[in-house]
Parts: sequence; structure tokens; C-alpha cells
Amino acid sequence: MNNPQSEMEQLLKDISILDFTLVDFSEYLDTHPFDKQAIAYFNHYNKIRMDLTRQFSEKYYPLQTSFSSDTTEWSWGLAPLPWKSCYEKEGPAPECLPCKGGRK
Amino acid sequence: MWNYEKRLQFPVNIKEPNARLATVIMSQYGGPDGEMGASMRYLSQRYAMPYKEVAGLLTDIGTEELAHLEMVAAIVHQLTRNLSMEEIEAGGFAPYYTDHTLGIWPQAAGGVPFNACEFQSKGDIITDLFEDMAAEQKARSTYDNILRLITEPDVVAPIKFLREREIVHFQRFGEALRITQDKLNSRNFYAFNPGFDTSATCE
Repeated sequence: MNNPQSEMEQLLKDISILDFTLVDFSEYLDTHPFDKQAIAYFNHYNKIRMDLTRQFSEKYYPLQTSFSSDTTEWSWGLAPLPWKSCYEKEGPAPECLPCKGGRK
Repeated sequence: MWNYEKRLQFPVNIKEPNARLATVIMSQYGGPDGEMGASMRYLSQRYAMPYKEVAGLLTDIGTEELAHLEMVAAIVHQLTRNLSMEEIEAGGFAPYYTDHTLGIWPQAAGGVPFNACEFQSKGDIITDLFEDMAAEQKARSTYDNILRLITEPDVVAPIKFLREREIVHFQRFGEALRITQDKLNSRNFYAFNPGFDTSATCE
């Protein structure tokens, strides 16, 4: 866990777990709006989620534009694209299709 | 109003591209029971919903379906990245490649383009909630079928997550139907539209 990349991934994973819990609680509460225990769980995890999201945004890049505190570069726009696989290395663009194994 | 968060709802990290898997999984992007139809169905149905609990549920599930749409697109994108011409042809991907190269476009596994007729917004709460419950089951069956076609653990994990959400949403829509029927006259569980025929409510 000393690797900064894996620390970032772990924090993002924790946020995703918390956010998923909150999504599931929200939908449950939509049909059970007077369940006090569920509301207490929501409030508990929501606080942790907000703290970690703020922490992530300050350390790496803002997860939402509202968490941006940039002064010199727009890190929201420079942040990694969520749909890229971690197996896909950052670097020069891959070779174009016809060049890579295309017909001669 | 929506806010975008720059991450997927559930991580998608696929090691090996596989065109054959992409051709079947893309059905959950733009196929008859896919996430595009799901999100548009629930978000469109909200306006005719007479009860705010149910309209609120449609907003939240519809929003989650947009996150699922993005996950399915990420799976298809990663399964098709850096494919060679040989892999495109061997994986049965040539027909899709001809029209879209490696771009993401909503179509069913059989190549039929996405069509708004794949979902309904009827303006009747009972009709719409039965449609929603059926839609969750149809999507769950589709994910079951996909899971019988794939064994790769890095593809199976996000598909299993999406399948589980169909089951939870079916439960939530069932509860929404109960809430709706509790507000209706006992002789009007199915006969009239409480959002349109105002005399049909017991309020």
C-alpha cells in the first residue's frame, strides 16, 4: 500500500463501496420514508462518504466539479477517464487498426 | 438536474479484449432490455406519476440505470480496445466494425438498432409500474443468458453486479405498486388511471 497509485485506487474503491451503500439506501428509503434506522445508517455512511470524497479530491483530482480547488491547471479535465481499464497503460496512442495486423 | 461523478459505479478492468463477448454484452447497452431503455423508461414515466414517493423512486432508479449504461459501455469499450483485423473477423465483430469502427453505439446483440418502442411511458401508474417490474425481470434474464456465455472473471464480476441490481429494483417497484394500491379504492386496483381519472382515488 506504499505505492501512491494503489493508495489512490484503494480510496476510490472505498468511496465506490460507500456510494453504492447510499444508492441502495436511497432507493429503499424512497419506499420506506419513515424507517428511522435506515435514515440513521444513511446519515452515518453519508458523512464518511463526503469526508473521503473531499479527501480524494484534494489529494488527486475532483470527483465532481464542485470539489475543484484548482488555481493553475484544470485537474477535472486532466483526470483519468473512468471507462479505461487499469491494464491500459497511459502513454502514446495505440497504433491505428490497419497498421496492427491489417492485410498487406 | 444531474451531477456527473468521474468514476464508474462498479469497477470495470478487463485484461484481455474479446470481440465475441462484446457482440453479446452490447445488447445491454442498446438492446430490447438494455440499460438505455431502462433509464429512459423510468426518467420519462416520472411526469405522469401522481404520487411523489413513486416519482422519487423513478428518479433514483433511472439515475442508477444511467450509471449502469456507462458500465456496460465501459465493458464493451475495453473488450474491443486494440483489436486486430484478424480478431475483429474471428470474433464476429466485422458487421459492427463496418458501421461504427470501435465506437459505442446502441444496438441489440442481433444488430437491431435501439428504438424507443422498446419501452413504454403510458401515463397510467398501474400500467407503468407493471411494465417496470417486467422490465427488471427481462433485464435479469438477459444478464443470466450473458453469464451462461462468459467465464472470464474480470467480465463476470461487473455483469453479476448489474444482474443483482435488477433483482433489487424489481423489489422496489413491487413496493411502489403496493404504495399505489394502498391509495386506491379497493374496487379500483386495475380499472381506472388514478392520475387521469381523478374520481378514481379515495383521497
